[in-house]
Amino acid sequence: MSPLLLLIILPIAASLLIMAGANPRRTALGATLLNLVVSIFLFARYDLQAGGWQLVSEWHVLPNLGINLILGADGLTLTMLILSTLVTFSAIWVAPKIEKHEGLYYVCLLMISAGVIGAFSSLDVLFLYSFHELALIPTFILIGIWGSGDRQAAAWKATIYLGTGSFILLIGLLALYLSIPAPMRTFDLRQLDQMAASGAFHPASWIYLILLVGFGSLVSLFPFHSWAAPAYACAPAPAAMLHAGVLKKFGLYGLIRIALPLFPEAMARYAPLLLLLLIGNILYIGYVTVAQKRLDWTIGYSSVMHMGYIFLGLASLNIIGINGAAILMFAHGLSVAAAFALCGEIRRRTGTLEYSELGGLAKVTPVLGVLFGFAAMASVGLPGFANFAGEILVFFGATASGPLMIPAVIAGVWGVVISAIYMLRAYRNIFWGPIAARWESVTDIDRVARWSVILLLVPLMIAGFYPQLILKMVGTALPK
Amino acid sequence: MNTLPLVIAVVALAIVLLFIEAFVDRPNKGFLAYLGAWGLGIILVASFLPLPMPSALSTMSAPFLNSDALSVFFVRFILLTTIVVLLMAPGFQPVLERYLPAERKGGGTGEFSILPLFSCAGLMLMVSAIDFVMIFVSLELATITLYILVSYLRQNNASLEAGVKFLILGALSTGFIVFGITWLFGVTGTTNLDALPAAISALPENALPPLVFGIGMILVALSFKMAAFPFQFWVPDVYQGAPTPVTAYLSVASKAAGFVVLIRLLLVLGTIPVLEHKLQVVITLLAVLTLIFGNFSAIPQTNMKRLLGYSSIAHAGYLFMGVASLGSRLAVPAIGFYLAAYLAMTLLPFVVLTVVSEATGGDEISRFNGLSKRSPLLAGAMLLSMASLAGIPFTAGFIGKLLIFSVALKQGHYGLVILGCVTVAAGFYYYFKVIRAMYWQQPSEETPVPVTGTVKFLIAVLSAAILGMGIYPGPVLAALR
Repeated sequence: MSPLLLLIILPIAASLLIMAGANPRRTALGATLLNLVVSIFLFARYDLQAGGWQLVSEWHVLPNLGINLILGADGLTLTMLILSTLVTFSAIWVAPKIEKHEGLYYVCLLMISAGVIGAFSSLDVLFLYSFHELALIPTFILIGIWGSGDRQAAAWKATIYLGTGSFILLIGLLALYLSIPAPMRTFDLRQLDQMAASGAFHPASWIYLILLVGFGSLVSLFPFHSWAAPAYACAPAPAAMLHAGVLKKFGLYGLIRIALPLFPEAMARYAPLLLLLLIGNILYIGYVTVAQKRLDWTIGYSSVMHMGYIFLGLASLNIIGINGAAILMFAHGLSVAAAFALCGEIRRRTGTLEYSELGGLAKVTPVLGVLFGFAAMASVGLPGFANFAGEILVFFGATASGPLMIPAVIAGVWGVVISAIYMLRAYRNIFWGPIAARWESVTDIDRVARWSVILLLVPLMIAGFYPQLILKMVGTALPK
Repeated sequence: MNTLPLVIAVVALAIVLLFIEAFVDRPNKGFLAYLGAWGLGIILVASFLPLPMPSALSTMSAPFLNSDALSVFFVRFILLTTIVVLLMAPGFQPVLERYLPAERKGGGTGEFSILPLFSCAGLMLMVSAIDFVMIFVSLELATITLYILVSYLRQNNASLEAGVKFLILGALSTGFIVFGITWLFGVTGTTNLDALPAAISALPENALPPLVFGIGMILVALSFKMAAFPFQFWVPDVYQGAPTPVTAYLSVASKAAGFVVLIRLLLVLGTIPVLEHKLQVVITLLAVLTLIFGNFSAIPQTNMKRLLGYSSIAHAGYLFMGVASLGSRLAVPAIGFYLAAYLAMTLLPFVVLTVVSEATGGDEISRFNGLSKRSPLLAGAMLLSMASLAGIPFTAGFIGKLLIFSVALKQGHYGLVILGCVTVAAGFYYYFKVIRAMYWQQPSEETPVPVTGTVKFLIAVLSAAILGMGIYPGPVLAALR
C-alpha cells in the first residue's frame, strides 16, 4: 500500500474502531502517533537529489473525464504532512478529559486530520479539494458541542463561510478544467503544470480571481476573514489547533500548487489587488487584534493577521519570497497551535480568558508561563524561531520584486511591532503583576500538556536555527 | 430489456397480492409489503438478465415504448424506489392503524403496500413512453393510485387536506396535459415523439403559435409533476400531510419520471431551430425561479417533511440547470446521475423520519434533538444524507452537483452558476440545521430509539449507495451513456 494512502486511512480506520466501541482516546493517540512516525520517516527518506514527485500512486475513478485519485509527495507536501501529523498528535494528546460524547469528539478530530492529510498529498485537483471539505462537518459539530462563548453563532458563520468559499473554489476549478482543450482535459496537477509550461493552454485570468476568492476565504484573506477569529476563539482547543494550525494552510498550499504555476501572468497583473488585501490583513486586522480584551480572540485575530505575511511572500512571485511563505506556513502552523493549546490550558484552569480578570499567574504556573512566553515570542517572530526566518525571507523576496511592494513591506515591518504590542500585553496581563486571591490555588500545567506543547516548540526552534532543513525540502516544489 | 414484460410482471404481482390481501386472514398486513418488495426485487434482477421474450410483445410496444439506455436506467430507478418505499411501510403500520377505523384488526391497511405497485407500473411506462397517448395514460395510472395513497389516513385532517389539494391540482395538470396534447396533435397530426420533428418542419409559418401554445401547456403539466416554480405550491402541504412513505415516493419516483419525460420532449424539440431559443429561455427561467424559491423558502422551515419538500423543489432547480444545458453531450448522464443520487439521499431521511416520528410523536426538526445520543446509527445516517444533500465531497450529492455545474459552465450559463453558488450557501444553512438538532441539542428524553432489522437494512443499503456513488461514480455514469 502506498504510505501516503496509509496516512489517510489510519485516522479513518481509527474513527471506525472508535465508532465500533474501542477506547476513543487510546485509539486516537495510537493512530496519530503512528501517522507522525510514518510522516517523519517519509520526510527523512525523500530523495532530494532526484526531487520532484515521489511515492506516486494512482487509482482510476473517472478516467474518461480525467478524474483519478493520485497521491504523491514532494518536499513541500512532506513539510505540510509533518506539520499536519505533529499538530494532530499534539492536539489529541493535549485534549482534556471529555465528559459527553467522548467517541464523537475524537472521531471529529481524526476526520479533520484525515481530510488535511488527503488534501496535502493529492495530486488530483478535485481530490485536493474534496479532502479539504471532509473537515467541514466535524468542525461544525466540534464547535457546536464542545465550544465555549457564543459557539453556535461562530459555528454557523464558519460553516457557511467555508462551505460557500469552497463552493466558489469548486466553480473556479471547474472553469479551469473546462478551459483546457477538450481531449486533454484533466485534473492531474502534473499534467496541468506541463501543459502550462509548454504553453499548451492559457487559462483566462478571471479564473485566477475566482480561485483567489475561494482559496482566500479558506485562508481568511481580508475581507473574507470574519469567520475565522470567532470560530477559533469559540472552538475547543484541539479543534482550534487543527484549524488555525493546519487546515487554514490548505488555501495557501492550493495557491502555491495551482495558481503559481498556471497563472503567472494573472498573478502579476492582479498583484496590486492582492497587495491591497494583504495590507488589510496585516494593518487592519493587526489593529483589531490590539483592541481585543480576551486571549482567545487575540490569538484568533493574530492568526488572521499573520496570513498577510504569507500572502506577501506569494505576491512577491520570486523564489526567495515563496520560500519564505512556505517556511512561514510551517512555522505559523506550529506556533499558533502551541498558543491555542496553552490558551485552552489557561481556560481550563481559570474559566476565563479576560485580561481584566487575569494576572500574576506566573507565580503559580511558572512552566505554563515559560511555554506561553516561547509561543508568544515565536508568534511575534523573534530570531531563533522559524517564524523569524520566514518573515525575513518574505521581506527580502518582496523588496527584491520591485518598488510596488515597498509599502507592503513597510506595513509588514510595522506589523511586527503591532504583534509585539499585543503579544507582550497579553503576556503581561496574564502572567505578570499582582495575583488575585482566587487564582492562588491554580495548578501548573500537567505533564501531558507540557510535553505536547514542547513537541510543537522544538521543531519550531530546530527550523529556526537551521532553516536550511525546510528550505531544501520546499525548494523541490518551486520552479528552478 | 424491454419495459413491457416488466410492467406486466409488476401488475400481475400487484393483482396476486390483492387476492392474498382478500383471502389470507392475518391481522398484521406488514407481510404484504415484504412480499411486494421481494417480488419487485426479483423483477429488478430479471431486468439485468438477457431473458427471451416473445417478438409479438416488442412489435406491439415499439411505437409506444422506447428501450434505450435512459429508459432501462429509469425503469430500474423506479423499481428500486418502490422497493425502498414498500420496505418503509411495515414500520408505518402503527400509524395506519391509529388513523384507520377498523371493523377487524388490520382491516384496510393492506392496500397501503399494494397500491404503490400500480403506481410503479405507471411510472415505469412513463419513463419509457415515446408517444403522448402513452405518456398520458401512464401518468394517469401513476397519479390515480397516488391520490388514494396521499389521503390514505382518512381520519387525519392533514392527510385529507393533502389528498384534496393533490387531487385538485393533479386533475388540473391532467387537464393541461390533455389540452396541450390536443393542440399539438391538431397542428402536427401526430402524437409520436419520434415523428414530431419531421411533422413540425413541414408546417407553414403561421402554425407556429398554436404549436408553441400546445408545448407550453404540456410544460405546465410537467412542471406540476416536477415541482418547478410557479407550479410548486402544492408540494409543502401535500408532503407534510401525506403518509411519510408516500411522501418519499412522490418526491423521488414521480419527480424523476416527470424529468425523464421533459428530457425526452426537449431532446426532440431542441433540435428544431424555430423552437430552440424559446425553450431555452423558458427552461432557464424555470431553473432560476425554482432555485430561488426552493432554497430560500426552505430556510425558515421547522417541520422535517416540509423541509424535505422545499429541498425537493430546490433540487428540481439544480436538475433544471442540467436540463437547460441539454446541448452538452454529458447533460443527460449528469441529470440521470443527479436523480440517482437524489434517490438515495432523499429516501434515507424519510426512512429515518418514519422511525423518529414514531418514537417521538411528531415530524418537527426539534424531534431530532439529541438523536446522536438516542441512536447514533439513525443520527449518522441522517448526517450522511444531509451532507450529501448539501453537496459535500465523497457523497453522491457532490458528484451530482459537480456534473450539473460543469455542464452548465460548459454551455455558458454563467448567471445560473453564480445563482447556484448562492443557493448552495443557503442549502448549507438549512441542511445543517438538522445536524445541529441531532448533535448540538439536548434530547427531551434519553431512552434509545428502537430500530428494526428492516430499517437497519435500508440504512445500510442507502448509505452504501450515497458513499459508493460519491467515491466511485463510474458504473452509474456508464449505465447512462
